[in-house]
Amino acid sequence: MYPEANCRFAPSHEWVFVTGDVATVGISNHAQKEISDIVFIELPKVGAKVTQGKPCAVIESVKAAADFFAPVSGEVSEVNAAIVDNPALVNQEPHGAGWFFKIKMTQPAEADSLLSWADYQASCG
Amino acid sequence: MYSPHTAAEQQAMLRDIGVGSLADLLAQIPAELQASVAAWPPALTEPELLAHGRELAAQNQRLLCFAGGGAQEHHIPAAVSALIQRGEFLTAYTPYQAEASQGTLQAMYEFQSSICALYGMAAANASLYDGATALAEAANAAARITGRRVILLPETVHPEWRATLRTLFAARGEPQLVTLPCLTGRMEPEAVAAQLDDSVAALVVPSPNYFGLLEDGAALAALAKAHGALVIAVADPISLGLLAPPGAWGADFAVGEGQGLGNPLNYGGPYLGLFACRQEYLRHVPGRLCGMTTDAAGRRGFVLTLQAREQHIRRERAASNICSNQALCALAATIHLALLGPVGLREVAELNVDRAHRLAAMIAAIPGFRRRFDGAFFNEFVVECPMSATRLVKAMSKKGILAGVPLGKLYRGMDNSLLVCATGKRTADDLERYTAALRAVAS
Amino acid sequence: MNRGEPLSIEKSVPGRRALTFPSPSAPAASWLPGVALRDAPPRLPELSELDVVRHYTRLSQLNFCLDTHFYPLGSCTMKYNPRALEEFARQDGFAAAHPAAPDTAVQGTLAALHGLEQLLCQLTGLAAFTLQPAAGAHGELTGILIAAAYHRARKDRRRTEIVVPDTAHGTNPASAALGGFAVKTVATQPNGRLDVAALRAALGPQTALVMLTVPNTLGLFETQIREIAVAVHEAGALLYMDGANFNALLGLARPADFGVDILHLNLHKTFATPHGGGGPGAGPVGVTATLEPFLPLPRVVRRKGRYALQTKGARSIGRVKSFAGNVAVALKAYAYLRRHDAAALRRVAENAILNANYLRVKLRDLFPPAVDEPCLHECVLRTEPERLNGVKTLDVAKRLLDHGFYAPTIYFPLNVPEALMIEPTETETPATLDAFVAALRAIHEEARTAPEQVKSAPHNLPVRRLDELNAARNPNVAWPAQPPQ
Repeated sequence: MYPEANCRFAPSHEWVFVTGDVATVGISNHAQKEISDIVFIELPKVGAKVTQGKPCAVIESVKAAADFFAPVSGEVSEVNAAIVDNPALVNQEPHGAGWFFKIKMTQPAEADSLLSWADYQASCG
Repeated sequence: MYSPHTAAEQQAMLRDIGVGSLADLLAQIPAELQASVAAWPPALTEPELLAHGRELAAQNQRLLCFAGGGAQEHHIPAAVSALIQRGEFLTAYTPYQAEASQGTLQAMYEFQSSICALYGMAAANASLYDGATALAEAANAAARITGRRVILLPETVHPEWRATLRTLFAARGEPQLVTLPCLTGRMEPEAVAAQLDDSVAALVVPSPNYFGLLEDGAALAALAKAHGALVIAVADPISLGLLAPPGAWGADFAVGEGQGLGNPLNYGGPYLGLFACRQEYLRHVPGRLCGMTTDAAGRRGFVLTLQAREQHIRRERAASNICSNQALCALAATIHLALLGPVGLREVAELNVDRAHRLAAMIAAIPGFRRRFDGAFFNEFVVECPMSATRLVKAMSKKGILAGVPLGKLYRGMDNSLLVCATGKRTADDLERYTAALRAVAS
Repeated sequence: MNRGEPLSIEKSVPGRRALTFPSPSAPAASWLPGVALRDAPPRLPELSELDVVRHYTRLSQLNFCLDTHFYPLGSCTMKYNPRALEEFARQDGFAAAHPAAPDTAVQGTLAALHGLEQLLCQLTGLAAFTLQPAAGAHGELTGILIAAAYHRARKDRRRTEIVVPDTAHGTNPASAALGGFAVKTVATQPNGRLDVAALRAALGPQTALVMLTVPNTLGLFETQIREIAVAVHEAGALLYMDGANFNALLGLARPADFGVDILHLNLHKTFATPHGGGGPGAGPVGVTATLEPFLPLPRVVRRKGRYALQTKGARSIGRVKSFAGNVAVALKAYAYLRRHDAAALRRVAENAILNANYLRVKLRDLFPPAVDEPCLHECVLRTEPERLNGVKTLDVAKRLLDHGFYAPTIYFPLNVPEALMIEPTETETPATLDAFVAALRAIHEEARTAPEQVKSAPHNLPVRRLDELNAARNPNVAWPAQPPQ
């Protein structure tokens, strides 16, 4: 649904898929492997304002809680309830059914400043 | 004396470590900071210690207890005391290594289940420090869930709990506490409705309240919900053997003080904070939580779960800093409830109602004494006395009776008011003795 | 060996009774007209007294406990719980005391509480204590609230930050945040000691409090503690000491001498009160004379030879829980301290330090210490998975259970990968330590030759390794409200 080649990536491992002024966001395959089995996701509420680089969601595994940093700024327009009911989706399909939420961007140019898929892959080593 | 090392063993160990003396191992503490304790009493041998303990305990006056106010004297079955003194429970550690702690963990699960059953809720934690802490945590959770700041707190919630909330919340400036006056001893629906708006995260409904009186929880819950506020019930667990539980009348969270289940008065602690809530708020539950699961061979087992909520993982973003529970106190409560069963618990609750109501009637028959506040009550009630309640309590204690909790220092205009409690442990003879003493003191 | 026990509710038989009660003089409904009563009983087990005794006795047999097993848990100080403390505190005179009783009726309890406070002052060099906090984390929050009140009284509104080292226990930053402060983390050196330059850089007019654990969570004394205290005080801030590791200092050194303003102690650690499977403990907080007015109330005071509960104090932060505190726990700690004189207290710390260094030296060839230095009462060693076919600290811990030892603290402090934090305490014999060493050495060998045995441990316990992922994804925290059909 949100193929890696068509996404931009934050260095903190969140991806962005842009359609018009709406960004769908999630975590990369690299991130879900690092976090390993996800047990719960705390998503922001619809209508919440998020700021690029600031934590706006939490991903819980059994032994850890990882921050999700907003890759772009804007207002949350939709959240993916499916991953709250079934957090394993994020591990299984991080670029598909495991998407987190959608942001109506206030500064679309922010997406361009993120890493391309090639650059992100290189940075993961 | 609990350190077993002989001098020879110490020498051998120092040799193995490769140092000449113990002082070498202390070298990293700067010499000028090494200091023995100054004036320290001589060490007592074990028999001397126990003699000293007996002397001290003898300086406490054994009073026939008619005081409640968040601490009640119920009978503790001998089996409870015996079981919690088993070393396997007493000296066990927090069950982080679950495979080595299945006894403690299963007992925790049975505790959580028992509290859920009592309060009519789907989730309960493994306990908190006391009822005050449980209420503070519920208020925090309600504020987080609703995104609102205000907690409506009737003054009929235990004064020490309210003081605790004020201290804890003053630090962050939130949640904001709004006190609801209760001049009739109970909450007034119109006054409550007047305070409900979209800044209110939760309405706290104590029933029985500090004065022992019962509220119409369902009506108050409906008011709260109409304004999008959550409901935090405060209820004594023994009363719930008889009364409709908070889960049945619309509470979202339910808290209470569990001391009365299997734990002695102990001059105020350790006690037992009970915390329960509806299923949808499970991830907002603070403190320890035990969950059922399976092991690698498919066998049923128990583990601490949802630990990623907790302080050791979330650190400064944890919702609560609580990382312990009152495990042994909770175990005592669990065993007590298992001995009572649903029928026994109801019988105990009925006995409490009976004793307290008979005593209230006997006291009201003494000239100069009357009940303050109308309304149904569980096992505590307020008596208006013909003299200062504090003086009355002093005079009664000379007769070997703790007459109740004087309310003058806790509530304005209640200098002559006395909170009296009669549990199932008080016999008919005890009630006679109380009223005879009261007559004598008042005349 | 007991392999596992059904739930109490699964042994329930309708109509079975253990306790019975005299009938009331009138039915409850007649005393409570119009009151909503339960329409269905709560789902609690119906058992005989023997059923209950047998059930909980058998459950107890599924546990490791200190009475039966060595617990080298770093930062927990699992020392022997003397039974004399239980006998002391259980006496009816203490147990039956109601918290609302007049002071004159509870002089024995008040004397013991006052006595404990005096002894804790002697041990720490501080001026006053509150016994109200129910646990270490509770004590931390109390100490933070005291610091906040102190700065407010000085009318200094800029103090918004608390500084915490990256090796701190998670309760420290959690308590700081709950106290309304922002948390600034400072880096420590690889040996866990504070980087004093980094600390100085972090200090400023916004610093309210610096929280340190001394000795630190690697078992090392903060050798520059006085320099640190001077820097903290020059910045106008207060110095807080987390006393979880006080067993290393008992009778040897007094935190007030280092410049500590506030500390908490853990009665269930240093002072030998039992852990009870997770509580109750107590976390009393000590302060300098300057901070005494801010202590929570009530406190026990002595006037004209009598003890009283002081309930009023204009600058007190208020109360942090109901009543006076975990009094029965405090009585046990008082009893523990009365069994020791000054020399015996020293011996506690000295033997704790001796035991920890012995283990460090006996294990360091296979489990390298995080720091190549003598330790105090605990040492941090590392498992090296890359040398052990991928066997990790967690696996070593689980295999230790098979050998009859409770595992050390694992994965803490956070700055040491694959950490094993070992605190033997002073109450263990060299023979027990030798057996522990032998077990770890055997596990190390097994990791090299038969790693799967270690990775799938434990094998000899009532349950195998438990599925924590399932427990978190599909939480089941209570039996159902209705019996299964």
